[in-house]
Amino acid sequence: MKLLRMTPGKGDVLLAEGDPEVAEDEKRLIEEFRRQLDLGMWAAVPHEGPGGRREATMVRDFSEVPAKAERVIFFPRAAGG
Amino acid sequence: MRRRYVRDTVRERRAERRARELLRSTAGEAALEMYERFGLLSVQNDRYGYLIYPQRPIVAFDAETGELLSEYCVRFRDGSDPEAGERLPDADDVLAKWMALRADEHELIGTANVHPLGRQLDPAMVRRDLAALRAWQGERHAVTV
Repeated sequence: MKLLRMTPGKGDVLLAEGDPEVAEDEKRLIEEFRRQLDLGMWAAVPHEGPGGRREATMVRDFSEVPAKAERVIFFPRAAGG
Repeated sequence: MRRRYVRDTVRERRAERRARELLRSTAGEAALEMYERFGLLSVQNDRYGYLIYPQRPIVAFDAETGELLSEYCVRFRDGSDPEAGERLPDADDVLAKWMALRADEHELIGTANVHPLGRQLDPAMVRRDLAALRAWQGERHAVTV
């Protein structure tokens, strides 16, 4: 699983990568996940829905990330423009 | 000394290329093709559709009639690196809106400032974009992203 963050001037950057079934990796992924939410990021998990349609689900806790998810994408919280 | 944003077109082009690859891998080939062809993304449910412009408002339309409804102004600002500015690359901006709409349409729309059509975007341009997009989708046998 990769944790990616959209950033100005760079595009996405890799924050952390690991196998959530390995305890040491899971700890690192959870710490980075929480750090990004503390920084005010939103987290989305892309996936395929019915008929292969591309979908995304917002997650607010690492426990909500499906075990098979390949990526979690962080991006700044939306604000009214 | 306080760092401040200085435009760097090489850096921004590189970031945009990277963002387009993330768009392709997340929303799919058709979404990237739509973005590169029209400069926007579109999502639609049974009742409403949305045109997602980079760094500009989202425009809602009636999915059945194509009537344009409102502009929804929403921003994703990141001030963590002052030298890079606060704006995400354009392709990341549309992908962030796409993911937020796909995941929780009501939360994103509830966050946005709502304005009548024409506040920031020329309605005639938006109508042309929607017509061109629908024609293209028809040619591609109702592409949806």
